[in-house]
Parts: sequence; structure tokens; C-alpha cells
Amino acid sequence: MTLAHLDAVRLVLIIPAVAAAVLALLPGYRVSARVNSAAALATFLVAASLFYHRPPAGLYLQIDDLSVVFIVLGAFVGFTTSLFSGSYIAHEVETDRLTPVRLRFYHAMYQVLMFAMNLALASNNLGLMWVAIELATLTTVAMVGIYGTHEAIEAAWKYFILGSVGIALALFGTILVYVAAEPVIGQGLQSMVWTVVMTRAAAFDPALLNVAFVFLLLGYGTKVGLAPLHAWLPDAHAEGPTPISAVLSGLLLNVALYALLRFKMLLTANHAALAPGPLLVTMGLVSLIFAAFMLYRRRDIKRMFAYSSIEHMGIIAFAFGMGGPLANFAGLLHMTMHSLTKSGIFFVVGHIAQVKGSQRIADIRGLTVTHPLLGWSLVVGTMAIAGLPPFGIFSSEFLVVSSTFARAPLLAIPLVFGILVAFGALLLRVQGMAFGEPSPGNAPERASNLPMFAHFGLVLMAGLYFPPLMTTWFLHVARMLG
Amino acid sequence: MTGLFFDVAHLLAGGLVLMSFALIYQDRLSSLINVFAAHATVLALAVAWQAYAQNAPHLYVTAFIALGFKAIIIPVALQRIIKRLGIHREIETVVGVGPTMLAGIGLVALSMVVMLRVTEEADRLAREDLAFALSVVLLGLLIMVTRRNAVSLIIGFMSLENGLVLAATGAKGMPLVVEISVAFSVLIAFIVIGVFLFRIRERFETIDVSALDRFREGRE
Repeated sequence: MTLAHLDAVRLVLIIPAVAAAVLALLPGYRVSARVNSAAALATFLVAASLFYHRPPAGLYLQIDDLSVVFIVLGAFVGFTTSLFSGSYIAHEVETDRLTPVRLRFYHAMYQVLMFAMNLALASNNLGLMWVAIELATLTTVAMVGIYGTHEAIEAAWKYFILGSVGIALALFGTILVYVAAEPVIGQGLQSMVWTVVMTRAAAFDPALLNVAFVFLLLGYGTKVGLAPLHAWLPDAHAEGPTPISAVLSGLLLNVALYALLRFKMLLTANHAALAPGPLLVTMGLVSLIFAAFMLYRRRDIKRMFAYSSIEHMGIIAFAFGMGGPLANFAGLLHMTMHSLTKSGIFFVVGHIAQVKGSQRIADIRGLTVTHPLLGWSLVVGTMAIAGLPPFGIFSSEFLVVSSTFARAPLLAIPLVFGILVAFGALLLRVQGMAFGEPSPGNAPERASNLPMFAHFGLVLMAGLYFPPLMTTWFLHVARMLG
Repeated sequence: MTGLFFDVAHLLAGGLVLMSFALIYQDRLSSLINVFAAHATVLALAVAWQAYAQNAPHLYVTAFIALGFKAIIIPVALQRIIKRLGIHREIETVVGVGPTMLAGIGLVALSMVVMLRVTEEADRLAREDLAFALSVVLLGLLIMVTRRNAVSLIIGFMSLENGLVLAATGAKGMPLVVEISVAFSVLIAFIVIGVFLFRIRERFETIDVSALDRFREGRE
């Protein structure tokens, strides 16, 4: 390949792939952590350049206005998480929870995951997207089980089986979409290219598309963590290393959601096909209300925030299901805000679990007294995720609710109810952890606070002042989503 | 495509559904694995026939993967694993064989109704292949929910995946079929190695999935 072929889209894939190979060979975790962050930073910078210049769509790869949002957000969270991972991993090595060999594997897998997610987002091909999401699933399974404890292996196994079934159903849906496209576009690769398929979708057989969408919704919905297909999600978040929890919630769920959105657009382009919105709305509401009640019964802090991820993915799916420029805008905004906030919270939670030596909520008390910075960060993060002003999630939730009230007031009732129930649960739990008599476990914190500040800072800024440039961009994408 | 081509393709796809039913009523692990090897062999024949009938040489690769990997390597590996674990005993099924078979018949009827109705305009062969493939997929899911042992879960998943390969090869000229079957093989290899590793490190006394749940109950 000559240099002329190295456009930004290929670089976004090549950098993580090369970095993964290097990290697999590199001994010494300190160097690896730096290489990991450097590669993630390079990926982020290249991804950001996609805003300004985009190569034309090919048969396999393309970037459009929708995917660029996901890629840049993903690359940013990938970079900040790699910084957090550096300080988190150092502690895990000192306490002998991870051996150097496993760490080498961990860092290589981190970059493979970045590669797989960028490939899924940049792919212009239904089949390639499926392969990329499968690869992302495999790498996260390996990382969830990396501690090798009973619980970690159980979580990885559960994730593996449910994820594989989901992936298999999604493939059946993909095949059906091809069968629908083939009579119109003709045999071969063209019938699986997104840009081609989208322009001809109106002529596809609607009945076939309907059945395909059901399989795709079940398949990719499993990976989004929509109830009742969410069973893997809390375990995977709780038992893996915390940087992986951050990446799972902040990135992987979004990638699966992106796949769903693409297929939703495909169905919307065919007027005779079933409207995909009501299905998404139903699953979104069920996830939201179910997760909101489950929040009350949690005893493990990471598990609790995992349920909060299900809750928010429910809100996002609901917003996209409602459709229309305003609800789509709200959905996009909520997705961005949730990614930033939730991964920020996991940075805090990771350090809390390390200083307290436990992730049980009962073992964590009085954090603001012993570790003011961590304690207050947890409070701030929880306020942000619960949807209190002035944070960005307040604006996006407000938009979701108000746009729903304007169009379908009856649907807004369960929506608001779910949000309020979750709000109560989060505040109840965090109050106990942040305030009151401190619990034992006063190891000094040696956290790198930069990623956490960056995330909460951005969420706060978005709540106070959302740049007009971003607003126009998001509105444009929201119209594209239909 | 008419006459002999169609009939043979039909026969082989139907044979795959039949093998899925045979998987349902196996009550010992080693015979379950043997039947799965036969399942994969039928799939390899069906794919090879499609490669010949559609004049698509790349499908021979998929057929070869199905035969070499799924009909030989994986069953041999699984037989060795269960021998080493000493679990030739009966499989605990959650539901009895009778009701499971009835449920299986219901699922096949369901997939016929769904697929034949929505694919009226599609090619006749693709249509029947899709209906058979969906049956195999659903029967695979049924095996996965009615069995508790990790090895039989893997068998259930692999039979499900065989159905997907059948669907992909039945869809005329579908690109990336070879890549997808390779990706699936990697996934399955991962699962098998994972199960094997659990045991080597003696994490669990059994690889029964219900034992996994017990760890969880103790924790939460």
C-alpha cells in the first residue's frame, strides 16, 4: 500500500491494529500503558480530522455524518480510559491481581477492541460490520475474564453465551436483508454495501425486511443491553477490570446501538415496511423501568452503575424510537452525555474500589471525609447521571421528555416515572457511600484525575453552554436519522 | 435451478433439520458429539452442493471448513475433553425428551409459516433453504435452553451456527460467506478452549452451568 492510500479512515483502523501487535510483544507494563495511551491519542486526533476532511465511500469503508459522531466520541473515551487504565493497572500489579503476562494480553486486547469498534463504525458493508462487532465481543469477553476468579469466569461465560446467541441472530437478520436486496440490486458485494442498499431500499420486499429487523433487534439489542436481553451486562461490568467497564458502557453499547440505528434507517427508507419506532420505544421503556427498580436492590457499586447503563440505553432507544428531528437530537445528545458521564463515573468507582479494597456498597462509607476528591467526584458524577441540572444529562433528558409530551403525552408518563425511580435509587445509595461515618480502608489514592475531570467538565459545559457548531451538526444528523 | 439440483439441495437441507432433531434426543454426551459430527458433515455436503450448483468455488472453502473443523477437529477435541473430565454420564435436561421434541416440531412449523410467507418473491431454492435454516437455528436455541451442561451448550450453539451457514450459502451470491464462517470458527474455538481452560485450572468442580449460578447467589 502506498502512502497515497493512507487516508484518515484507514489510519483510524491501522493505528490500533499496529499498536495491538506492538503491545502484544512489549514486556513491562509501564511502557505498555504509555504506548497504549499514545496510540489512543493518535487515533483520537486522526478521528477528529474526519470532521474536516472525509475520503469518499468505498465498497468496504465509509464515514458519514452519523458515524463520525460515534467514531470521535469513541476515540475520545478510548483515549481518556487508556489514561485512567495506566494508573488503575499500576495498582493492580502491586496488589498482584494481574500478572505481567496477563497485562500484556490486556493492553493488546484494548487496542484490538478499539480496532474492532472503529471498523464496525467505519464499515460500509453489512457483513463487515457484523464481523467487527463479533470481534469486539470476543475481545471484551477475554478482558472481562482476565482476573480468572470464579466470578470473573462466570461473568465472561455468561457474556460469551448470550453475546454469541445475539451475534448469531444478528447474522440471520443480516442474511435476510441481503436476500431482500439481491433481487433489486443483483448478486454480489453491491447488495451488502450500505450506501448502495440505502438508496434502493424503497424497492425491497417489505415483509422480508420486517422479519429481518426482528432478528436484528434481538441480536444487536442483546449487545445494547436492552431488557429482557440484558442479563450479561451487570456481571460483565462488575467482574472485569474497571477500565473495561468504562469502555463497555461508554463505547461498546453505543456501537451496537449504531448498528441498530443503521437498520432502523433502512426500514424507514422503505415505506411499506413495519415502522421500527414502536418496537424500540417498547424495549426502551421496559429497559428503563426494569433497570430503575433493579437499582434499589444492588449491593455492588459497579453492578449498580451497570444497571444505570441499562436504564440510560433504554432512554436512548426510546428517544430514537420516537423519531423525528427533535427526539433524534435528544437521543444523540443523551448518548454522548451518557458515554462521557458513565465512563467518568467508572473512573471514580475504579479508584474507590482500590482504596477501599472492595466494591461492595456496604463496605464504602464516608468517602467525602477520607477521600474528599473521590467522594465529591462520586457525588458530582451521580448527580450528573441522575439528571440533575446543570449537567448535560439534564438537558438531554429534558429534551426527550418534552418532545415526548408534545407528541405522545401518554408515553411520557412511564418515561418520567422510570427516570424518577432511578433518580431516587441513585441518590439513596450514593448518600450512604459519600457521607456518614467513614468505613475502614484508608489507603491513599494515587489516581490520575485528569480523565475524570475532563469527562465531568465536558458534561458540565454541555449543560451550561452547548456550542452552536455542535448543535447544528447534531441537528443535521438527527434529520438524517429520520 | 430445477430438477436434480433443486432436489438434492432440498434433501440435504432437510437432512440438516433431521439431524437437529437427532441432537435433541441424545441423552449421553459422547453420542451427542457424534451426532453433531454427522450434523456438520451434512452441512458440508449441503454447502458443497450449493458451491457446485451455483458455480461458486469460494463456497468450497466454507464446505471444507465445515467438514475439517466442525465435523472432525472440534468433535475429537470435545470427546477428549469429556473423557478427561469423566462426564460420559447422562445429560441433565431441564425438560423431558418428549416435550422438547414436540416443542421442536412446533418451532419448525413456525419457521415454515414465517419464512415461506415472507419470501414469496424470492428464488425458490433460497426460500426453502431459509425456512430450513431458521428451523435449524431455532432448534439450536431449543437445545441451548434445555441443556445445562457446558459441552452440550456448545453443541447447541454450533448446530445453531450450522443453520446460519446454510442460510448464508442459500442466499445466492452472498459475499463474505467464507469470512463469516471463519469468524464463527474462531468464536467456537474460543469457546472450546475456554471450557478446556476452566477445567485445567480447576476453577469449577463441574462445568455445569447451574453451578455457575450458585457462585453468583452466594455473592449477591
